[in-house]
Amino acid sequence: MTASTDTALDIAATVRAGTRPAVDVVDEHLAVIEALDGEIHAFNLVLADEAREAALAIDRRVAAGEDPGPLAGVPVALKDNLCTAGVPTTCSSRILEGWRPPYDATVVEKLADAGAIVIGKTNLDEFAMGSSTENSAFGPTCNPHDTSKVPGGSSGGSAAAVAAGFAALGLGSDTGGSIRQPAALCGVVGMKPTYGRVSRYGLVAFASSLDQIGPFSRTVADAAALYQVIAGHDPCDATSIPEPVPDVRAGLVEGVAGLRVGVVTELCEAEGIQPDVMARVRQAIDALEDAGAKVDEVSVPAVVYGLTAYYLINPAEASSNLARYDGVRFGLRVDAPTTGEMYDRTRTAGFGAEVERRIMLGTYALSAGYYDAFYGKAQRVRTLIIRDLDAAYERFDVLVGPTAPSTAFPFGAKTADPLTMYLNDVCTIPSNLSGHPAISVPFGTGDDGLPVGVQVMAPALGEATLFRAAAAVEAAAPRGKEDA
Amino acid sequence: MSPAGTTATEWETVIGLEVHAELATRTKLFCGCPNRFGDEPNTNVCPVCLGLPGSLPVLNEQAVTLAMRLGRALHCEVRRSIFARKNYFYPDMPKNYQISQYDLPINVEGRLELPQSGSRVGIERAHIEEDTGKSTHVGGGGRIHEAGYSLIDYNRAGVPLLEIVSKPDLRSADDARAYVSELRAILLATGASDAKMEEGSLRVDANVSIRRPGDAFGTRCEIKNLNSLRSLGRAIEYEARRQIELVESGGTVRQETRHWNEDEGRTGTLRTKEEAEDYRYFPEPDLVPLDPGNEWIARVDAELPVLPAERRTALADAAGVAPNVTAVAIAVERRLDGLALAAIAAGGEPARVLTHVEHNLAVEGAEALDPAGLAALASMETSGELTATQAKEVLVEMVASGDDPATIAKAKGYEAMGADELAAAVDQVIAANADQWTRFVEGDDKVRGKLTGFFVGQVMEATNRRADGKAVTARLRERAGV
Amino acid sequence: MPRMAQITRDEVAHVARLARLLLTDQELDTFTEQLAKVLDHARDVEALDVADVPPTAHPYPLVNVVRPDEERPCLDREVVLAGAPATEDGQFRVPPVLGDAP
Repeated sequence: MTASTDTALDIAATVRAGTRPAVDVVDEHLAVIEALDGEIHAFNLVLADEAREAALAIDRRVAAGEDPGPLAGVPVALKDNLCTAGVPTTCSSRILEGWRPPYDATVVEKLADAGAIVIGKTNLDEFAMGSSTENSAFGPTCNPHDTSKVPGGSSGGSAAAVAAGFAALGLGSDTGGSIRQPAALCGVVGMKPTYGRVSRYGLVAFASSLDQIGPFSRTVADAAALYQVIAGHDPCDATSIPEPVPDVRAGLVEGVAGLRVGVVTELCEAEGIQPDVMARVRQAIDALEDAGAKVDEVSVPAVVYGLTAYYLINPAEASSNLARYDGVRFGLRVDAPTTGEMYDRTRTAGFGAEVERRIMLGTYALSAGYYDAFYGKAQRVRTLIIRDLDAAYERFDVLVGPTAPSTAFPFGAKTADPLTMYLNDVCTIPSNLSGHPAISVPFGTGDDGLPVGVQVMAPALGEATLFRAAAAVEAAAPRGKEDA
Repeated sequence: MSPAGTTATEWETVIGLEVHAELATRTKLFCGCPNRFGDEPNTNVCPVCLGLPGSLPVLNEQAVTLAMRLGRALHCEVRRSIFARKNYFYPDMPKNYQISQYDLPINVEGRLELPQSGSRVGIERAHIEEDTGKSTHVGGGGRIHEAGYSLIDYNRAGVPLLEIVSKPDLRSADDARAYVSELRAILLATGASDAKMEEGSLRVDANVSIRRPGDAFGTRCEIKNLNSLRSLGRAIEYEARRQIELVESGGTVRQETRHWNEDEGRTGTLRTKEEAEDYRYFPEPDLVPLDPGNEWIARVDAELPVLPAERRTALADAAGVAPNVTAVAIAVERRLDGLALAAIAAGGEPARVLTHVEHNLAVEGAEALDPAGLAALASMETSGELTATQAKEVLVEMVASGDDPATIAKAKGYEAMGADELAAAVDQVIAANADQWTRFVEGDDKVRGKLTGFFVGQVMEATNRRADGKAVTARLRERAGV
Repeated sequence: MPRMAQITRDEVAHVARLARLLLTDQELDTFTEQLAKVLDHARDVEALDVADVPPTAHPYPLVNVVRPDEERPCLDREVVLAGAPATEDGQFRVPPVLGDAP
C-alpha cells in the first residue's frame, strides 16, 4: 500500500471535472490511513463516515453542474485544537477528552465552502505546547520517515498525515513554530500567515498574540491554494486584518530575479544548528542566487532575545487562556466537596506536565511585583525584535535561514530538560513575535537521511512574495537521495 | 446632630463610591446575545459569553458610544484606552478572567455636582467591563458555607457594565445618597442605563474610612451588598461608627471587604482568604485599542441631552433662585421642571409654582398638567382669590380631571371672599364665643396665640374654608386693639 | 527590581495555588528547578534598557474594531448543557462555593 502523493490541486481538478469521484479519493486515503496510522498515530480521530458523506455531497454537486469549490474532494487533516461542531476536539488533553464543540471554527466553515473534506482530527502536543508531539495525552505521533523519531510539534499529527499521504492538505497552528518546525522535520511544506490574516475564531487559544492557523501540504502551490481559502477578514475575530486578500497563486512561478534575499546572521549561527542542516540552507540560498536573487548577509541583532521574550509571553497568555478549564461548563470534572477543590483536582488531573509548567511560568511572569521584570519587559523586547526585523525588510524582500536546528530527533532525546526542547524554536520564534508570515520548504535531507526544511520569511502581508520565493526554493530542492 | 461628616469628637468620614451601571444596549458587550433581564436561564448564551474554547470577543459599538456619552455627561476626558484581563477563578466567570479596563480606561477626570449642597465630587474614571453570570446557592442552611451546592446562569455573563469610580470626596451618608441619585438621573437622561438598584442594573459599593480633619486618609474598608439608597446610607453610618469606636478604643482599622447585612444593620467581614487576590492584569490580546478621536467625541457631545444640572440651572434662572434650592432639585428629579418653566413663562408667580411642584405634585399624572392652568392657579393665589390650602385641593382636582382652576374653584365654592364678608364672619364668631373672646382680649401673647388658632378654625368652618387665615388673624387683632 | 534568577520553592507553591494546580512535594521540587532554569535565561534581557521602548501587545496595528449592536443567534440550551458535567433546572451545577467573588 503506497501512500497517496496526489497534490491537492490535482485532486481538485479531477473532482471538479467529474473525472474522479470525491468518494473514491476519500476511500483511497482512508485505506492508507487504515494501513499505516496504527503505527504513525497521526490521528486522534478519523472521520470516515463524515468524510464519505461529505464526499458524496460533493459528487452530487458536480453531477448537478454546481461549483463544488476550489478544493473539492481534497482530504484535509485538521489539528485537534480546531473546533469542529459536534465532533470531539480534544487539544490532545485529558481535560477536553470527548468534548464536542457546539460550533465550527471559521476556517472549518471555509474549508467546507471550498469543498474540502476533513478526514480526521490530528494529534498535537497538549494545547499546542511543545515541539515534538510527545506532550500529547494520547501518545506521540511518529515521523513517517523514521518511526523512531519525532515528527516535530506541536502540529506533529498534521505534518505526519500529509507526509504519510493520509491527506493531501493539513491545517495546523503556529505559535512559536508549531507548523513550520514539524513541516521541516517531516519533509513537507508548512506555512504561517501574517498574524491576523487567518481568523482565530474556533482555534483553541494558546498564546493569543502569537497564534495563527496555517497550511501543510506537499507542494508550495498547494499551500498557496489552501492559504487562499482560509485567509480573509472575519468579524468574529477582532484581531483579524480588514485588508482584502490578494491572489497569491498567480505570481508563484514568476521567479526571483532581482529579489533581495537576506540571510540572517544570528539565526544561522544560533545555538545547536546542525552543520548538515546549515549546509542545505546554504545550498538553497545559492540556488536562489543562481535564479537571479540578490543575496546578502543581514544582522537582526535583537533576534537573539527571541527565545527569552517568547518563553515569557507565551506562558503568560496561555496561563490566562487555560484558566477556563475548570470542570464547570465542559470537559473533565473531578468532583470535590467545594468548587475550589474541584478546580484544583480537575486541572491537576486534566493537564500534563508541560502545560502545568507553562501555566506556572506564565502566572509567575504576570504576578504582582514581577510583571514589569518579566511579561512587561518581554513585550518591550518584542518591540526591539520587530524594529530590527522591520529595518532588515527595508533592505530585503525576504529573509532566509534554517527552519529547525536539527533533523528529526529520537523520542525522549529532548524531554529531560524543558529548555532543550524550547531551543527547537529559535529560528521560527521571531516571525511569531513580529506577526510576519513565514514558510518552511523541504530541501533535501541531512546526513541521517531525514528531511531538512529551509525557512523563508517576509514582512507583514508579504505572502505573495513569500510564496514566490518559496516556490523558487522548492524548484531547486534536491529530489530523492541521488541529489544529496 | 453634629455637622455632616463629623461626630462629637471631630471625626471626618471619607467616602468614595464605586458604581456599576449596566449599559442599555440591545446585545452583550462582546457578542450578539440579547442583553435582557428575566429570561429562562442559559437561553441567552453563545460560545463567546460562555467562554468556550476557541471563542473570541468583539466589542459592541453602542456600548462604547454609551460609555462615552456618560463620560462626557460627567465632564470626563475621553482617552485612548485598552482592555485588560482581570484574572481570578469564580464559577460565574466563564473564562475565569474578566475583560475590563485597567491602566488606560476610556473616561477619566470628571466631576458630578451634588444637587443641593452644590459641592463637586470628582470622578476618577468610568470604564467599560463585562458582567459575570449569576450563581444561586441551593440547600444547606442558607448561609454560604452551609449551602448544598450552587447553580449558575450565564444569561448575565457578558452584559456591558460601566464602572464609575468617584474620588474620595464625599463626607456623609446624605452626600453619598445624593451622589447616587444624581448619577442615576444622569444615567437615565443620557439613556446609558435604566439604573435600577432593585433589578441590579445599578450596583453600589462604598469605600469608607475615617480621619481627624486635616489628617491623611485613614485605612478604608469596602462595603458590598448595598441594594438600596437606604442601605447605602445606613451602611455608611454604621461603618463610620464602627471604625471610630475601633480607633478610639485603641484598635486599628484593617483594610478589608465587608458585607452589609440589611436585617442585622451591620457590616461583617467576608470570609477572608489567606492571601489577597493577585489579578495579574495584562492587556487583552484579543481586543485592539480604542481611540475614539475628535470626530467621534464631537458626535457624542452633539448628541448629549440636557442634563439634570443644566435643567436645574434653567429652572433656577427662570425662578430667580439659586440652583441648589430644594424645590428646584425636586422639580428636576420628578421631571416636572418642564412644567414649572412653562408655568412661569405663562405668568405664574415662580415661588408659588415651585412650592406646588415641591409639595403638591407627587401624584401620578402630574407631568401632564397644563402649564397654563398651573400659572392661572398661582395667579389666583397671589390675588387672594384662593388660599394656599384651597389651591392645593384645586390642584389635586386639576391633575385628576384636567379641568381649569377657575371652574374647579367655583364648583367647590371657593370663591374669593371680600374684606367685608370676612370681617362679618369674624365678628359673628367672636359674638358666638364670648368667653374665649374675653380671654383673647385680656390674655398675654401666649394665650392669644392659642386662641387665635381656635378662632381661625371656627371662621374656617363657618366660611367653608374660604377665609384666609392671615386675614382672619389680622381682623382679630384689630378688634382686640392689639 | 526583584531578583531575576532564583525562583523559590515557596514562590512556586504560591503560583501553583494562584493557578489552581495541586503539586506533590516532588513536583514542587522539579518544577522549581525547571522554572528557575527558564527564568535564568531572562537574565540576558535583564541588562537591556528598554524603559523607552513601548510594549507590543498586538503585532498588527488595528484600532477601534467594533461590531454593530445587533442580535445574533444564541445557542440552543440543550446543546449548551449537553457538554456540561452537571446541570439542574437549566443551570450549571457546581459544589458549594466558599466565599464571595473578589
